[in-house]
Amino acid sequence: MLRRPSPEHASAAAQLARARRPGRVRPFTVTGGRTGAQLHLGAERLVSAVDDAHCGRGLSPEEYAIYSACAASQSIAEIGAATGLPLGAVRVLVGDLAKAGRVVVHPAASEVSKVALLERVLDGLNRL
Amino acid sequence: MVSIASDQAVPTSATTLEISTKLVIAGGFGVGKTTLVSAVSDIPVLGTEAQMTEASVGIDELGLIPEKTSTTVAMDFGRLALEPGLLLYLFGAPGQDRFWFMWDDLVRGAIGAIVLADTRRLEASFPAINYFEQRGDVPFLVAVNRFDGRLTHPLDQVREALDLDPAIPLADCDARERADVLAVLRVVIRHALNAELNS
Repeated sequence: MLRRPSPEHASAAAQLARARRPGRVRPFTVTGGRTGAQLHLGAERLVSAVDDAHCGRGLSPEEYAIYSACAASQSIAEIGAATGLPLGAVRVLVGDLAKAGRVVVHPAASEVSKVALLERVLDGLNRL
Repeated sequence: MVSIASDQAVPTSATTLEISTKLVIAGGFGVGKTTLVSAVSDIPVLGTEAQMTEASVGIDELGLIPEKTSTTVAMDFGRLALEPGLLLYLFGAPGQDRFWFMWDDLVRGAIGAIVLADTRRLEASFPAINYFEQRGDVPFLVAVNRFDGRLTHPLDQVREALDLDPAIPLADCDARERADVLAVLRVVIRHALNAELNS
């Protein structure tokens, strides 16, 4: 087996790789050119459509696709998979929909104590 | 009830608040990340998985890995419901070096990471191990995937070859087997819990 090279060498290689990384995906017109959401939404963050007759109205096709995709709570990643929109665009549009009261963004796991969260996850895994 | 920022929609009575968290599955190209995720996921693995073209086969030295016909070129993921209101997502990190820029975003907020390794091409796991070692803020372990159910090298030899810190757990699993993968998930969560309690 090949031995792992020293971290110093690896670090230089990683820096080089980062320096050469391709540019971020260009802003999408569907988001009005914006690429950053005000609140960071991790790919695992759950979103639910607000079940109210007016909430699905007056939305752009992309917003409506997102609204429809999270009728039952779905993660940002699942909404991306369901709509075919890139995660960056989903984040921005979910941020807009949340501000407008059309969808609810569920609490981030970081709002819970880390130890309590890990214990709950471990308990859950032990029951499977 | 957890409070949320005032500029967000207020949950209606119909919405039950849920918490979700994630683990990242990293490792080299073709090491079995998607297999591992699908072994435990409640849902079919989702994401962008493109069939490799002949051109990229050459670039990625696909010939070194027998019977591999496609790989993850974006990221794929699965989900486990652990209890009502608590979901665990498993995200497979893109294996090729040219997708490294996606990692920081994916790893942000992760409660832990699994670096999956193939002893036939151990060097494919070096970048992922280096990445988590250098970050230092995401507890991780290395899991050797027993391809065809066999462990080709003893784990102590693997640990030596990886120059792995004694504090980093090293496990082996058959990434196709749900029970094996669940055991690895428990080890990484216990490791994260210990790290958190000792911090």
